[in-house]
Amino acid sequence: MKRYFRELSVVAALGAVLLGLAIFAPAFFQPQPLLSLVTREAPTLVVACGMALVIICRQIDISVGSMFSVCSVCAGLLAARGWPLALVLPAAAALGAILGAVNGILVAGLRLPSIVVTLATMVTLRQGLNLVRQGEFVNLPDSVQWFGLSQSAGQWALVVAALALLIALGVAMRHLAIGRFVYAVGTDAEAARLAGIRPQLVTFLVFVFIGVLTGLAAMMNIAQSPQVQPLSGMGLELKVIAAVVVGGVAISGGRGNLWGAFAGLLLLACVAPALTHLHIEAYWEKAIQGAIILLAVVADGVRSRKGGGNT
Amino acid sequence: MSPAPLLQLRRLVKNYGGVRALRGVDFDLHAGEVHALLGENGAGKSTLIKVVTGAHAPNEGTITIAGEPVSGLTPTSARALGIACIYQQPALFPDLTVAENIGLRLETASATRRVDWKARRERAATLLARIGAAISPDAEVRALSMPEQQLVEIACALGAGARIVIMDEPTASLTQKEQHLLFAVVRELSKSGVGVIYISHRLEEIFDLADRVTVLRDGESVGTHPVGAMNEASLIRLMVGREVAQIYPPSESAAGEVVLALRAVGCAASGVRDVTLEVRAGEILGLAGLVGAGRTELARVLFGLTPADAGDIMLNGRSIALRSPQDAVAHGIAYVPEDRRRHGVVLEMPIAHNMTMAIHRRLFIGAWLRFGAERSLALEFIRDLAVKCAGPDAPGGSLSGGNQQKVSLARWLATKPKLLILDEPTQGVDVGAKSEIHKIVRRLAKEGLGVILISSDLPEVIGMSDRIGVMGGGTLRAILPAKSDPHAVMAAALGTTEKGAA
Repeated sequence: MKRYFRELSVVAALGAVLLGLAIFAPAFFQPQPLLSLVTREAPTLVVACGMALVIICRQIDISVGSMFSVCSVCAGLLAARGWPLALVLPAAAALGAILGAVNGILVAGLRLPSIVVTLATMVTLRQGLNLVRQGEFVNLPDSVQWFGLSQSAGQWALVVAALALLIALGVAMRHLAIGRFVYAVGTDAEAARLAGIRPQLVTFLVFVFIGVLTGLAAMMNIAQSPQVQPLSGMGLELKVIAAVVVGGVAISGGRGNLWGAFAGLLLLACVAPALTHLHIEAYWEKAIQGAIILLAVVADGVRSRKGGGNT
Repeated sequence: MSPAPLLQLRRLVKNYGGVRALRGVDFDLHAGEVHALLGENGAGKSTLIKVVTGAHAPNEGTITIAGEPVSGLTPTSARALGIACIYQQPALFPDLTVAENIGLRLETASATRRVDWKARRERAATLLARIGAAISPDAEVRALSMPEQQLVEIACALGAGARIVIMDEPTASLTQKEQHLLFAVVRELSKSGVGVIYISHRLEEIFDLADRVTVLRDGESVGTHPVGAMNEASLIRLMVGREVAQIYPPSESAAGEVVLALRAVGCAASGVRDVTLEVRAGEILGLAGLVGAGRTELARVLFGLTPADAGDIMLNGRSIALRSPQDAVAHGIAYVPEDRRRHGVVLEMPIAHNMTMAIHRRLFIGAWLRFGAERSLALEFIRDLAVKCAGPDAPGGSLSGGNQQKVSLARWLATKPKLLILDEPTQGVDVGAKSEIHKIVRRLAKEGLGVILISSDLPEVIGMSDRIGVMGGGTLRAILPAKSDPHAVMAAALGTTEKGAA
């Protein structure tokens, strides 16, 4: 209970927001708009899972937005050429893995700081994409949208897929050795090394993994519209980092879990529709999200000072 | 000598928690004198320096500088009083030039002040010339060798008007030639009236350089003597001269097969060279030596952290390569590192996770963690090693030092090793836990483990070991039998005899 206080407090905040909405704006809970909202956030959730792992490992990846755009456009082009979905999907994941591996080699292999490495790859990928595509949209064949299903079936498929991934990863972090390694490396890489774990390998794999997840998320995104926008990933990195931090993953590594990140994401995602339903001007959205992030960071700061970092 | 000593310490006491690091030390330093400070590891030399430089406040006693009693010494006020300390590792800014480094130390800081580059360069040049150092003020510190950096530090000290210069093992990483250069500077300093406190483990340097020598033992001064009146044997007797008061569990095991055999093992990167030794099953091989003798470095070679680049390592008669900790673990070598607070136990992680950190391959059958197995394993070790804790879920940081050490030990016992390397297992551990750890180690040896015990605690290493390897300068200087005379161990560690009686 005490151990998961941070996560539970986010869940409580989320519950309070939902309760408030239930009382003052019950229209929020109409099934169809709610499903649309959740579907829109499904790709973000998948990337946020990867980001949680990266941050637990005491790294950061701010290139996810650009990777997302590149994967979206490439997957769109392949689909437009008539590749079947069954091939486009693994291709997008593989492309993400390759991009993630580049980050991983630079960070783990050359031991460069991840913030600088991923800043560089973020700018390079984004500008490279602009250069090649000149901002052109990709028109998708009908078979891609909602994976060829009806809209509501497609939405459900996306939401279920994202949740299944979350649950699988959440369980894996707890039950697989590699999950424990990620925590160990993020807490104290030298201690992990002295215990026979390979910190550099773990770090590399984590970067590859967030690449794969970003590739999958890109697929989940392009399935929602008839066109691929080349800038679809803009700002994604900030969104997922915010969700993860709000969800109680310590930016200093080693602490937090995917469930918290999930709650954090939902909390931030609720802000915009809640404002609409409460008839508050939309300008407040960013300010409120910013305040939530600040509150979370301050809470962590106070906590770690009190606990002396030991608890 | 002059009437008022430059520095006078009277009845100086310093406690760290329950540990009495200094128990009433008297010490005098005269102007123009080189005064050597000698003692085993943990005898109180570092604490004495910390008190004199104002880093730590003494609990009792007086400090008098040039006849003036001072109290409430801080690093800043110590510097203002003319006390400077030259550390083994110079604390300079590597990316700035020599002149900039000296300027940063000596110029009064005001953020908006215009820098007078010319004056800064000239001052640096003058100071460097005064100590006869041929270093350009425009050189980047990064490009300087270690002794050159030390000379820059000395120049800073002089520029700050230092009257008392403390040198803490300044020659530890110097070549012979560089040493001579440094000695010349030290003599020059003392000739100009500066008092030098010179700390070194190398007796020949003390005979070469010092006027007087004070020996510390267990936080007490056991005497100050003119160097001319001493010889190596008498100094060693002063350093060691203590009864082995503690009772150590007796050796009960007969040494079995050779577990580990090293032949001429070396590692250029960490300074280990030409180590040949054997460890048998059921045997505790102690490794004694002074700080920097190469014991931890050897352990790191054996654990694959800094792989050997020379010689043969044989485990159970088979030649093996140890290129990484994974190799070492796979071969059944376990290493409980020194400094457990930093890297032995992960303080934020639960005890159970800490204990199973090295055995995931075995615990995670099919990569799937069985929490039940982890928990019961943790409970077993907690009971077996008598770890005092709230339970397997309590974080490592909630334990006392001795219990953390047991957790660190449990992590490696869980791997069922053939060879266990313990690096300072009882450092910073209270007396009760210490004797418990001794009993555990003895029991492990009895169960057939080969144990290498690295310890700077001379009574411990003599009391616990079946054989005592003495290291110095990165190599094995001697192998002495169990219950050897402490003087013989110390003499071998200091390198005053070629080989001890084997």
